[in-house]
Amino acid sequence: MATTLIDKLAILSDAAKYDASCASSGTTNRNSLGTSGLGSTEGMGICHAYAPDGRCISLLKVLLTNFCIFDCRFCINRSSSNVKRARFTPQELIELTLDFYKRNYIEGLFLSSGIIRSPDYTMEQMVEVARSLREDHGFRGYIHLKTIAEADPLLIEQAGLYADRLSVNIELPTETGLANFAPEKSGRTIRKTMADVKYRIDARKDADKSKTAKPSNNAPRFAPAGQSTQMIVGADKSTDADIIKTSETLYSGYKMRRVYYSAFSPIPDASADLPLIAPPLMREHRLYQADWLFRFYGFETSEIMSSATDGMLDLEIDPKLAWALKHREWFPVDINTARKEVLMRVPGLGAIGVKRILSARRQTRLRLDDLAKLTQSLKKVLPFVETVDWTPGHLTDEENLRARFTPPPVQLELL
Amino acid sequence: MISVTLKDQADFGAWKVAARKLLLNKIAPENVNWAAPGGMQSLFEMSAQSIDTLRDITLTNALTVSSSFVSIAERVICHRDPERFARLYRILWRLQTDRQLLKQTTDNDIIWMTDCDKAIRRDRHKMHAFVRFRKVGEGRYKREQFAAWFEPTHFITRLATPFFMRRFPNMDWIIVTPDCTAIWNGQDLTFAPGGTKADVPADDSMEKHWKVYFQSIFNPARLKVGAMMSEMPKKYWHNMPEAADIPKMIETAQARERKMRAAAPAMPHPLAAILKSRTASLENAADIDSLSQARNAIQTCQMCPLHCNASQAVFGEGPAHANLMIVGEQPGDEEDIAGRPFIGPAGKILDEALTAENIDRSSVYVTNAIKHFKFKLRGKRRIHERPNASEIDHCRWWLKTEINFVKPKVIVALGTSAAKAITGKTIKISDCRGDIIDLSKGRKLIVTYHPAFILRSPSPEQQDMAFKALNLDLARAQRLSTSEELSQT
Repeated sequence: MATTLIDKLAILSDAAKYDASCASSGTTNRNSLGTSGLGSTEGMGICHAYAPDGRCISLLKVLLTNFCIFDCRFCINRSSSNVKRARFTPQELIELTLDFYKRNYIEGLFLSSGIIRSPDYTMEQMVEVARSLREDHGFRGYIHLKTIAEADPLLIEQAGLYADRLSVNIELPTETGLANFAPEKSGRTIRKTMADVKYRIDARKDADKSKTAKPSNNAPRFAPAGQSTQMIVGADKSTDADIIKTSETLYSGYKMRRVYYSAFSPIPDASADLPLIAPPLMREHRLYQADWLFRFYGFETSEIMSSATDGMLDLEIDPKLAWALKHREWFPVDINTARKEVLMRVPGLGAIGVKRILSARRQTRLRLDDLAKLTQSLKKVLPFVETVDWTPGHLTDEENLRARFTPPPVQLELL
Repeated sequence: MISVTLKDQADFGAWKVAARKLLLNKIAPENVNWAAPGGMQSLFEMSAQSIDTLRDITLTNALTVSSSFVSIAERVICHRDPERFARLYRILWRLQTDRQLLKQTTDNDIIWMTDCDKAIRRDRHKMHAFVRFRKVGEGRYKREQFAAWFEPTHFITRLATPFFMRRFPNMDWIIVTPDCTAIWNGQDLTFAPGGTKADVPADDSMEKHWKVYFQSIFNPARLKVGAMMSEMPKKYWHNMPEAADIPKMIETAQARERKMRAAAPAMPHPLAAILKSRTASLENAADIDSLSQARNAIQTCQMCPLHCNASQAVFGEGPAHANLMIVGEQPGDEEDIAGRPFIGPAGKILDEALTAENIDRSSVYVTNAIKHFKFKLRGKRRIHERPNASEIDHCRWWLKTEINFVKPKVIVALGTSAAKAITGKTIKISDCRGDIIDLSKGRKLIVTYHPAFILRSPSPEQQDMAFKALNLDLARAQRLSTSEELSQT
């Protein structure tokens, strides 16, 4: 067992890296001017560094301990793993957080933990770290606490008073997947925890609304940055359709701010019943794109999945383009007259591009030159739109349109 | 030609004063020559007339410009583009006759301004992110003192450093950049000329911890160097202590991944088996011989597929031995979240009806025929879906359990699903609404409208009628449940 602070940090951050979430955005605006404390959050999250895996480092993401009584197959910290173990004292972790924060390394703390003794005991320790940062040190930075689904709802209530965000991971999209790979967890307790968190966030909001006077800035908020969750992609046999369906249910049921998709990645001392494959990064990427389409682009999940094969999204082209190629009857779209919702469906046009088009066409009839200034991917847009001086003609309906967007086949070498 | 020489590279106030004077003197943009300190004097400029020679004009009606232009210009003035003073003045000039100019997203000046603004915001954001403080020591009253060296791409030190004041008001700090030094002493944020890297300490005791963290949080199995480079370009690396290790991390990543994949799974740690036997013994299901045991046991019910998507089973609520039991159809969205029956819109109608008839809800046992929320997704909402016969059938077991423990004298069934769950038969409400129906053990049943039916009624008249009927039936049930006659049987 590790004893020095630096060894503990190495083990307990290594153990935490499989959680994709590192967001520090979407909480209340606050700063420390006129207080004796430290820290601020100003809406936008800040990524203080990027690791060579492309992931943002915004928070000190660590476990309180990686000892765990649960035996989830996909997890590096499962009880049957031979990984090195360590445990921070709350005091060590509090000081480390403050020291990192003062040097501008981080936006705050993302604390998770293996489950030791009991879910309640573990949750209590985590809440104590958050409480002390807030109350003893006047810390106004960002705190994200992982809630342990099996813990007493009263502890979750307390966690929400100190944390900006709470999260509990759904882990796998189906109940069967969970039963097979995480025998001590159940979708039931996970959804119950999500419901409890949502209930308290809503109750807090209702209380604010019902006050006739301006709500006091000092009123304790409950998890102002809401809740999020994570699903592991590629550890079990679930399809993209399973994943998207579960995701949609979570967004609408519990007002998730984010559902993170995390490609299952090989871990040291892996369990024998897991695929030892390279992490399916492209699949993860396509799932995020699909997620965006149904949350912000007005697509129904059934529309997105209409271009899938056996419930799996196309890996070669993005899901919006895949949909457009299957539904050519929507195109070409007239850039000068089409409604916003229709423009949002054009491959290559994003929310910013559409906004610019709408603004520009109030002033003038748009030509191809104008469109080139308004979008970054003109080549992708062209087969699907019309301007004053451009029409794609047969291009829209061309049989091999898909080939324009897929990477060229790798040429084989003659032996 | 009029020449304007600004004293500072990014002083919006000075630019504004000059631009205002030029505008009032009706000097067209093509007749102005702007220069910042350190710029080359052009031949042009030497022959030009200084702005100081222009008249100070005061207008009766103020010169106005949209506030969004001002806030963008305040940032764009920090850009390194030497043309920025002139181009901003040209936009200001054009804005006088074309108030819609900012919305012309295809105009070249506007595209230029938008791009510059984006670059400045990004530069400022990166400064907030990548500044690394090193501890210098402690000052008066043990205030900690920190210093940082940073090289922003543009002249953004004044723009970007108030952020650090709001975040770290209780430390003393300086941020040194090549063009400008920001100094915070707990009272004022002041600015001095730029400095060099040598002005700040060369190390900090926490840096080795930070580097260990940076290396440990990296997952070598998902190497995405391009994604890292686009968000954290190399130009920032030499001032970030953790970045020194990046090349080695990339170099060894693939070998580390291969090693993990090739390693044969080790024997499970023996602790796991011990833990497993301990938890298994806790999971022996108990027999149900009280209402509260049933309340716990239903949470693990998997008799029908509805448990897969609902948050929890919503059990009945009320006295363990109530005379009157009200049975609805199934929990809705709000009930599913809160875990309590009839608290959503339909619950409010029920409460109104109970209050109108002087029935205390806490004296009534309120429950549903189906205990899990059944829904379909529409957009971002979960919409109630009618339970089918098999779901009603499976869940009857729980309703019967509740009835057996509570032993109500009278049951009110709200809607057809509840009536079906209680009687096992399909009942048309219009045929028997308000009738007193005999159940076994002397128990009586009254069937009436579900409050949700009232909410869905198309006209106010129909709503009114249905609501009156609900009130009438509840009142009748209440009278019946307290009558002597029934309690004797």
